[in-house]
Amino acid sequence: MLSKLYFWAPMALALAMGAVSAQAETITVTVDKMAFSPAEINAKVGDTVEWVNKDPFAHTATVKGGWEVMLPVKKSGSITLDKAGTIDYFCRFHPNMKGKITVSP
Amino acid sequence: MHIRPLAAIAALCLLTAAPFAQAADKPTDPQIAHIAYTAGVIDIDAAKQAIKKSKNKDVVSFAKDMVRDHEAVNEQALALVKKLKVTPEDNATSKALTKAAKSERAKLAKLKGAAFDKAYVDNEVAYHKQVDDALKTSLIPSAQNAELKSLLETGLKIFEGHEQHAEMVAAGLK
Repeated sequence: MLSKLYFWAPMALALAMGAVSAQAETITVTVDKMAFSPAEINAKVGDTVEWVNKDPFAHTATVKGGWEVMLPVKKSGSITLDKAGTIDYFCRFHPNMKGKITVSP
Repeated sequence: MHIRPLAAIAALCLLTAAPFAQAADKPTDPQIAHIAYTAGVIDIDAAKQAIKKSKNKDVVSFAKDMVRDHEAVNEQALALVKKLKVTPEDNATSKALTKAAKSERAKLAKLKGAAFDKAYVDNEVAYHKQVDDALKTSLIPSAQNAELKSLLETGLKIFEGHEQHAEMVAAGLK
């Protein structure tokens, strides 16, 4: 009886964890030729946005009065979205580069 | 007595407007490559002067951004001309640009502190605007080679970005 519980408890836990990680996605935004692509994305709370910088120029993904992800040349950076809402971001070095993330609960 | 300063301003306006006016008569690819490269070098030199002279954190970091970006663009430009076997050709526009930049640097050299910061950043806004216009109206439409055209288009986005960045820095100085 006890041994059965020992067997099932970790299984249930593993399943539950699996379910959570399957829900949280990583959304990739490519930074190429001075633009975020796609410029607008939809995500859910818990998802991660990863920016892959393919430019020979350093960029940032910056939210005015909020967070900033540095994107050095040919490197990537990411952030996990912790609350719902619309996020407008831009590159601090080149403010003409803009992007938007719509985060649903 | 009142005429002199006005005349000086008029002369200055002519001086700043002149370099690219000559680019209107359809430059060739080797000339375009030279102009674009020269425009980058000018901004790098201006930034180096600012890094040396300014004590303002925002101005210095902006200047460092300029050096980093324009060196990267010029590196790409050099790689492209090598690949295309194009020899950049000096021309009246490049010469006029260099001459105007030299006098601007001399003017800035005499300034200090906040006066220098303001003059440098204001000139960065004006200079980038001027290069944007030249790229849009002359260099990009005149470029024959597709790869050169594409590099110039990326260059335009960078210059436009720098112009906005400079405007932000300028707003912060006030």
